[in-house]
Amino acid sequence: MRTTDSAADAGTDGEPAVAGTDAGTGGPAEETRVAREAESQLSSLTTAPGEEKLHVPSIGVVGWARWFWRQLTSMRVALILLFLLSLAAIPGSVIPQTNVDAVKVEQFQKQHDVLSPVYEKLQLFDVYTSVWFSAIYILLFVSLVGCIVPRSWQFVGQLRSRPPRAPRRLDRMPAYTTWRTDAAPDEVLTGARRLLSGRRFRVEREGDAVASEKGYLREAGNLLFHIALIVLLLAFAAGQLWKSDGGKLIVQGQGFSNTLTQYDDFKSGSLFEPDDLDAFGFTLDDMHATYEESGPQKGTARDYRADISYWQGSGGKEQRTRIKVNHPLEIGDSKVYLMNTGYAPVVSVKDGKGGTAYRGPVPFLQQDGNLTSSGVVKVTDYRDAKGSKDQLGFQGFFVPTFDPTSGRMFSASPTMRNPVLFLTAYHGDLGLDYGAAQNVYQLDTKRMKQFKKADGSPLAKKILPGETMKLPDGGGELKFEGARRWAQFQVVHQVGNGWALGGALAAIGGLAGSLFIQRRRVWVRAVPGPDGSTVVEMAGLGRSESARLPEELGDLAYAVQAEAPPVDEQDGQDERDGQDGPDEQDDEQGTAGNDARQHDDRTHDDRDHDRDEDEASAGPSPRGDRT
Amino acid sequence: MNIAAAGTNENLAEISNYLIYSAMAVYTLAFVAYIAEWVFGSRSKVARTAAALGARGGADASAAGDGDGAGDGAGKQDAEPAAPAAKSAASGANSPASAGTSVLERARPKVVVRSSAGGRGDLPDGPGAAAGDAQGDLYGRMAVSLTTLAFLLHVAGVLTRSLSVQRAPWGNMYEFSTAFSMVGVGAYLAFLLARKNVRWIGLPLVTTVLLDLGLAVTVLYTESDQLVPALHSYWLWIHVSLAITCGALFYLGFVSTALYLFRDRYETKLLGGGKPGAFATSVMERLPSSVSLDKFAYRINAAVFPFWTFTIVAGAIWAGDAWGRYWGWDPKEVWSFITWVAYACYLHARATAGWKGRKAAYLALIAFACFLFNYYGVNIFFNGKHSYAGV
Ligand code: HEM
Repeated sequence: MRTTDSAADAGTDGEPAVAGTDAGTGGPAEETRVAREAESQLSSLTTAPGEEKLHVPSIGVVGWARWFWRQLTSMRVALILLFLLSLAAIPGSVIPQTNVDAVKVEQFQKQHDVLSPVYEKLQLFDVYTSVWFSAIYILLFVSLVGCIVPRSWQFVGQLRSRPPRAPRRLDRMPAYTTWRTDAAPDEVLTGARRLLSGRRFRVEREGDAVASEKGYLREAGNLLFHIALIVLLLAFAAGQLWKSDGGKLIVQGQGFSNTLTQYDDFKSGSLFEPDDLDAFGFTLDDMHATYEESGPQKGTARDYRADISYWQGSGGKEQRTRIKVNHPLEIGDSKVYLMNTGYAPVVSVKDGKGGTAYRGPVPFLQQDGNLTSSGVVKVTDYRDAKGSKDQLGFQGFFVPTFDPTSGRMFSASPTMRNPVLFLTAYHGDLGLDYGAAQNVYQLDTKRMKQFKKADGSPLAKKILPGETMKLPDGGGELKFEGARRWAQFQVVHQVGNGWALGGALAAIGGLAGSLFIQRRRVWVRAVPGPDGSTVVEMAGLGRSESARLPEELGDLAYAVQAEAPPVDEQDGQDERDGQDGPDEQDDEQGTAGNDARQHDDRTHDDRDHDRDEDEASAGPSPRGDRT
Repeated sequence: MNIAAAGTNENLAEISNYLIYSAMAVYTLAFVAYIAEWVFGSRSKVARTAAALGARGGADASAAGDGDGAGDGAGKQDAEPAAPAAKSAASGANSPASAGTSVLERARPKVVVRSSAGGRGDLPDGPGAAAGDAQGDLYGRMAVSLTTLAFLLHVAGVLTRSLSVQRAPWGNMYEFSTAFSMVGVGAYLAFLLARKNVRWIGLPLVTTVLLDLGLAVTVLYTESDQLVPALHSYWLWIHVSLAITCGALFYLGFVSTALYLFRDRYETKLLGGGKPGAFATSVMERLPSSVSLDKFAYRINAAVFPFWTFTIVAGAIWAGDAWGRYWGWDPKEVWSFITWVAYACYLHARATAGWKGRKAAYLALIAFACFLFNYYGVNIFFNGKHSYAGV
């Protein structure tokens, strides 16, 4: 709508001239025509939709639909929708979101029993998938498409048509210059044409004038930007709909293959199918972690690295690689991220009969910064000393670096230097057969009895690697064989990432074109003057006012003058009469204009100087314009 | 990363702190000098805006007095916009495009410029804080010199901090704040070096730099240390340094927009025949015209917007590598998005009827407020994945 405004300005500019025009130019009708011409020139410099009046339609449903569509695709409504979108995004940053942190949402709901149902109704725990948020962006999306398609056509049309012919009154254009020369009009125009195409203007000669236009990249960039936004949005939507995201904890030496059943936890988008999972698997060969050894952040992780062997497809060859934070493994559309690490003590349990009831690593979960970890060993296949079936549960802590001098059971460092296992033991029903999924890291002791020592106190023991914890009454023993590391991976399957990235980069490119380049027109007219010399007129018009356009016009005129040198008029060096008398019509205007300028010379000089500086201050823009 | 390299050099860190404190001291001196510039400059008031309006009225009157009307309208049109040809001449002199042609030292063609921005478009810019007063100007120059000195100390402070931890100096809010104001001042000095008319930004800029550094060394201070693994990425350099630069430049745009709103109100009052107070006159007269301020703000915001877009994209790429999703509506991401949309709103508003001018300016202010909130508010109030930034 800058367009319409400028056009309006052109109109008002024209107004006072009505009084001042003399007979030769043709009175008010001519003025209106000139103003209209200027208007159409300006509006055709862009494909931006002109702002329509809010007139209410009178003709039935179709009329209303048309009206609605026109409103929806107007700049004003796009602006309002954009504003609404930013407002609508705010609650999601204040209120916990289910898809970001479900645990927090639960906590919040527990604490706010009045607010929660209201929030729930308003979908405030799922802002970004809520009906109202979706409504805004879908409307914006429709508006964007509805705006882009016609604009693109219009732009293609503009590219295929010739640059608009020169307005009749060039002196009405924002930048204007004129001089007389002895070169013939045709020579001047040929020279100008060559010059302008040399500077990569699109040029068209028409009668006594050359019309040229440049800077289409602005419009192209702007369209590219908006189209890229559509691509980005579609890619994002596809990514959400077909997304899957699962976690898996793997102990050193163990493996994983990418099927639904192998995941510890799994989330997916609404259009995801299990078949979408990429076929691959891997084994965790080794897991390294280094930690800050001193200073205030002692114990914080500095670096994680998982060495793995992976295979792809069925029967693919095994390859070795490493996964680090910030460096996921990419297979197909899947990425495997290293999320966390910890220790898994390796234990073996013998039953009352001396047979091995359990043997293997058991992942323990981190409790503090130094990896004091807690966990549970569940033994289902156990017989007591008498040979009757029972189940065992060991609960306790693993401490990678036990500091005996501290008198506490907490680890002194996350690095394993002096590993210790503290356990207490239960027997009875582990409760594994009751259907409900059970947390492998917790022991449900409801149906279990704690082993007691001879003195009746609970059996608990601190054991070092190689040591054993004997159960009372010859009930067997647990041996602490050592500890391995585990690593937790997240496998994310997301489509459309490439499209999203491409869209984003194209959007940036388009933006740069749109914001740093100015689209403008330059005309040259050469006609024989009354005294036998040639009158050359040059004018320029740009979308926005800028000191760059007059400057460019000055440069161009200077270059044109190389082949059409100004006739040295008697007053040629005189500021005041510089443009005296090329033709009757422009005579007074030129003089009057210069006159007025003289009054205020200093001021304008300063102002212009400053404006010039501003011009360049937008960083890259002024240079970019020259392309 | 091996453990040996993970250590921090406490000596350097300490030196860095001293440098930042010294920079603050010098900025304070610069602040005083800027104040002096304004105070002494005001002695010679130049009511240029009013004078220009007066001149314009006079021209109209005399033209009307001509009676026959010939050239009257034309005079009016051209008197207002008239950008003197001298300016094209000056700029043309260094234009290589026109060199090498037959006539050496030819006179430059004169370009007549017609404004379509309406009458307001052509009020002259104010003369700056010193307002032509020699003493004021002296203080102004001192202020700029002091700002430069403080800036050098500031840069040294940031560099030593970086060396002390052997990484990019923007791993937590303290470092982010010091880098932020450093870039702001750097941009201001760069504009000055490029001979832009930006000295009017000096006082508000140094004031906020002092505030920012004050907050940084007191509330936000964090011992220099290594980063958590998620921050070990070259994206830290790209994403965060861009964010800092964008923020600092947006801030200059913000100052310009805010001043535009004041100056615009002042000009409206003058145009309406009102008499602004002496203080307002004294201050406003010395600022650039509302059109210049608005243009400056627009150019900065428009130029920075693509970079801000890239900042967000870079952040998304990094998030994709670090957390397994490039966009997850984490509070920081949400507010970056809001800031981006707000600036897009501003750019749209400038192309929408009834929204350009003051309304667009308000949008620009809101957009910058979003940026600030994204930086301070989100780190302090919300607990997202980005909260390792260490308050
Ligand atoms: C119906 C939807 C939309 C319409 C009708 C629309 C229209 C336009 C038009 C005509 C321009 C050119 C203005 C000029 O050249 O100065 C423009 C520029 C722009 N649009 Fe949109 N747009 C829409 C949606 C969006 C969306 C969703 C965004 C993204 C946030 C966006 C961001 C921009 C930006 C950044 C500019 C550059 C402004 C400038 O050139 O000064 N637009 N838009």
